[in-house]
Amino acid sequence: MPKDHGIGASPKRREDVRFLTGAGNYTDDINVNGQAYVHFLRSDVAHAKINGIDTSAAEAMPGVVRIFTGADFEGVGGMPCGWGVTDRHGEPMQEPPHPILAQGKVRHVGDPIAAVIADTYEQARDAAEAIEVDLDDLPAVVDMKAALADGATKVHDDLTSNLCYDWVLGETDDAAVQAAFDSAAHVTTLELVNQRLVANPMEPRVAVGDYNRGTDEHTLYTTSQNPHVIRLLMCAFVLGLPEHKVRVVAPDVGGGFGTKIFHYAEEAFVTFAAKAINRPVKWTASRSEAFMSDAQGRDHVTRIELALDASNNFTALRTNTLANMGAYLSTFSSSVPTWLHGTLMAGNYKTPTIQVNVKAVFTNTVPVDAYRGAGRPEATFQIERVIDKAARELGVDPVALRRQNFITEFPYDTPVALTYDTGDYHGTMDKLEAAADFAGFAARRAASEAKGKLRGLGVNCYIEACGIAPSNIVGMLGARAGLYDAATVRVNATGSISVMVGAHSHGQGHETAFPQVVADMIGIDESMIEIVHGDTSKIPFGMGTYGSRSLAVCGSAMVKATEKVIAKAKKIAAHLLEASDADIELKDGVFSVAGTDKSVAWGDVTLTAYVPHNFPLEEVEPGLEETAFYDPANFTFPAGAYACEVEVDPETGKVTIERFAAADDFGNIINPMIVDGQVHGGIGQGIGQALLENCVYDADGQLMTGSYMDYAMPRADDVPFYTVDHSSQTPCTHNPLGVKGCGEAGAIGSPPAVVNAVIDALQSGGKNVDHIDMPVSPSRVWSAMNA
Amino acid sequence: MTQVSMTVNGKSASGTVEGRTLLSQFLRDQLGLTGTHVGCDTSQCGACVVHVNGEAVKACTMLALEADGAEVGTIEGQANADGSLNVIQQAFQDHHGLQCGFCTPGMVMSAAALLKDNPTPTEAEIRDYLEGNICRCTGYHNIVKAIMAASGQDVSGIAAE
Amino acid sequence: MYAFDFERPSTIAEAVAALQDEDAQALGGGQTLIPTLKQRLASPSKLVSLSGIAEMKGVSIEGGVLTIGGGATHAEVAADACAPLAALAANIGDPAVRNRGTIGGSLANNDPSADYPAAMLALGATIITNTREIAADDFFQGMFTTALEEGEIITSVRIDVPPGGANYQKFEQPASRFALVGVFVARTANGVRVGVTGASEDGAYRWSEAEEALNKEFREDALMDLRPNPAIMIEDLHGSREYRAHLVRVLTKRAVAAIG
Repeated sequence: MPKDHGIGASPKRREDVRFLTGAGNYTDDINVNGQAYVHFLRSDVAHAKINGIDTSAAEAMPGVVRIFTGADFEGVGGMPCGWGVTDRHGEPMQEPPHPILAQGKVRHVGDPIAAVIADTYEQARDAAEAIEVDLDDLPAVVDMKAALADGATKVHDDLTSNLCYDWVLGETDDAAVQAAFDSAAHVTTLELVNQRLVANPMEPRVAVGDYNRGTDEHTLYTTSQNPHVIRLLMCAFVLGLPEHKVRVVAPDVGGGFGTKIFHYAEEAFVTFAAKAINRPVKWTASRSEAFMSDAQGRDHVTRIELALDASNNFTALRTNTLANMGAYLSTFSSSVPTWLHGTLMAGNYKTPTIQVNVKAVFTNTVPVDAYRGAGRPEATFQIERVIDKAARELGVDPVALRRQNFITEFPYDTPVALTYDTGDYHGTMDKLEAAADFAGFAARRAASEAKGKLRGLGVNCYIEACGIAPSNIVGMLGARAGLYDAATVRVNATGSISVMVGAHSHGQGHETAFPQVVADMIGIDESMIEIVHGDTSKIPFGMGTYGSRSLAVCGSAMVKATEKVIAKAKKIAAHLLEASDADIELKDGVFSVAGTDKSVAWGDVTLTAYVPHNFPLEEVEPGLEETAFYDPANFTFPAGAYACEVEVDPETGKVTIERFAAADDFGNIINPMIVDGQVHGGIGQGIGQALLENCVYDADGQLMTGSYMDYAMPRADDVPFYTVDHSSQTPCTHNPLGVKGCGEAGAIGSPPAVVNAVIDALQSGGKNVDHIDMPVSPSRVWSAMNA
Repeated sequence: MTQVSMTVNGKSASGTVEGRTLLSQFLRDQLGLTGTHVGCDTSQCGACVVHVNGEAVKACTMLALEADGAEVGTIEGQANADGSLNVIQQAFQDHHGLQCGFCTPGMVMSAAALLKDNPTPTEAEIRDYLEGNICRCTGYHNIVKAIMAASGQDVSGIAAE
Repeated sequence: MYAFDFERPSTIAEAVAALQDEDAQALGGGQTLIPTLKQRLASPSKLVSLSGIAEMKGVSIEGGVLTIGGGATHAEVAADACAPLAALAANIGDPAVRNRGTIGGSLANNDPSADYPAAMLALGATIITNTREIAADDFFQGMFTTALEEGEIITSVRIDVPPGGANYQKFEQPASRFALVGVFVARTANGVRVGVTGASEDGAYRWSEAEEALNKEFREDALMDLRPNPAIMIEDLHGSREYRAHLVRVLTKRAVAAIG
């Protein structure tokens, strides 16, 4: 029987009622009395020198309040990068400045040149058209290989080249790696592209800056996954404001997927400008603007080589990746192709020798940063495609080849710096084989062939490092932040509880799932517990939500704070029951003395805490509120196996997804309904990457896919129902809930399954095709079939 | 500036707008009905879907003055008279048909328009009908399931674990 | 959007008068024009909405002649037109777009990837304006270009329902869901006509070689040796010239097979 409450139950989401009735409170729904509107004049060329900006005509336009340009931000800090990567020679990465408004040059289409504030949005836009910008066009640097060539035009004149860093992980001795390849019985090589994607949360970014002259306090309402991080970066690195005078609010946020982690220039701008003009300032991105101002994702080009011995054991893996940074370093951009990607190159397999080489490159394109999975989908796609290709070359079953090489003993130290604490890859694959009905595939293929269609089955595994992250480790690796989280459990006098958490919910359902944990620990009804998040003035501190970390890290902080509350409440109960607190038990919301019938209810204890007439004042303080910070001891390692079945129309190349099954090991699960939903959504995005989505620039750096007219978002008829199984559970060994995180798995695990299935289908039809780059569009499939 | 009047969720509403004022802007900025969301500028995402004279339209791609005299329905008017969720809203909650909630008003309004014309749509008909509503969170699984459930169909067999 | 005045006349005559102003522009359903205005790619002084004109509404079939008001929405065409055209209309855009977008607006815009132009060519439709009648063959004059004069309004479209049947095959561009290629084949009283959209740099066109072959023998195999010329095709992110040329042939075959 499924549980009906507490951990393991699937209560309906309480946040849904407001979203379903139009009562959500998204940032664009917030209007501050007297607000003005800012419109950013953005570069329509990819690379140019700014000779001059004449705003005089624009300033005389109706409604214009003030116009800012880069010159207004001389001496003001730029947008910081939160992770310093050290290259293979021990040198720091090249780190160019990133001003709030362009200074000297524009470096990508969409780079903001000026900000026009006016009484209305349309007036601001009208005036922006009257600004005269004198630009000298420069050659655009778009292709990564060309960007690294000798004599290439530099995106940043003050850097030595367009190379941000040249990084290596794993076996650094090239000769040792080469020796492993030289002694291999078989080597499979694959060149592939993890194409650039645009995260596209359905809510475009919005920022509203407000300033209170009386108290010298700033408020920033913004579409963020981590309001405290924004406050910290903006105060410490950009505007130099004292944190206690700045409040950052991220109310209901309409999806994030990584792109709302980062601190953006528009946020700093409205905060700065609201004080400068002494008036609230609102910015709402259009979707077109989002396409050129939200940090984008992926964009890796990789050559991967896998060595196998005569028994088909993996003996070595080597990769060379070019990673596109875009024109500037976005907040966590530098960490994605390195510590979030290279460290995952062992996958689920015991490969003794691994070398990962990554060159990060500046180009005249929109900055690239974390997008759902962030580095891990790129790693998984490489590993799982090259294994599939190897299996085909060797004529062995792709699943059997994977199974043969699975890591089976834990903890396992990989050659690329991680220690997997636990897992059961065979068990998870067993679940997949059942969920995907491998046994019935032959019959389904025959049915497809009878209709003139090709049918393929693609399988892959994945592993991810989540629960980001142990601060001491990431600090050694270059992170300029800690990655703990915090929670305050505030028990009210009548026994209800407010839990202030540093995690931020923008679709994940924290308001429903987190109370299940606290309710279970105390034994009270979930409805007595409310989650408070998204406002730096209400929560202790928090590093926010990304990297599938909320429950594993912030949830652990919440458990610790709740434990402290319970410990104190037991002392109060012991006093009331005239017993020793060591003898007090808490069950179903009642404190009792072990072995007796003496008891006192939760509500009586909490009331006593706030009305301490009969209270152990020498021993404990009145009140019942505790805060805990939790810094994880290790990453968590969710893992799984995915299977996709496709049909290919051999006449048109169109691929349709007929079946999709996922078997995941997320450790313990708090709310299965929400976990299912997270996996569904990730798979949807992964299918989007595999079949549809592609962010493309032309040779001049013009964005060719600047709207949904050309950037193909997955629609309801692009995907099937998914079969999701998460009954394979090896609990995380180092956090109190034994949870691993589930937010990114679907996006990480699904693209290779789709592409493997397409290749399987084409080969079943006698087509000599061993790889197609994503998105596997009809035209690409047709071209591959007819090459 | 021109006077515009319409009936919104059964109540008369009027205001003064420009020619270029969109219905979505009128609803959000003048009437404070912020449940109608704007997620794109090319008439594709469907977060802004409302009903005009009973038909689904994209409020961001209709001028407010074109709705002069019309009956307009928005997400704020969908709940039952006692404030409880209507059948479609309830099905979305029951089947976890929403995550971040941003596309949800448009999804609910589109689903209502579909079920008005086609009381028991198939899975394929639902997926086809939702071509103009983009969701980035759910992978559509639970949206399609919720609409099937709202139409009274048994969804217990979908993607059984 | 730039500011503009707005009028919503209730007769064609009033609309024609309103469109006399310099830079005035007619507004059909607005499903293309409003996004264009949002991008500030057009700056009409005035929009004249045609949505209030009763005489431009309605879809009727009488004596084998289909008449569609210029203000009929795609949804109305989908509900009331002859089957092949209804099926085409039922797959334009999405339901909400179909409830606003009109056939007159679509034809006047002549997007090279729109569905209706292929059908109009294949069905030998007559485009009727406030001043004249224009044969479809004369109406479409290349991408976004038509025979319409300034201020001329499409009041209706007249089509002889093809006695031998018709079929539209659309292969969608994955992002916009416009036609990457669309082919409309009709067996009209005057022979087989094949209209192609989405493919050509010059907008919708008739594939005369296919018409000739199918007039001799109306079966798929008649197309076996025909290869549309890739040189005239559009090439973009979503498909090469060669791919579009290939799709023209595949979709024509499928339309022929569907008509039977």
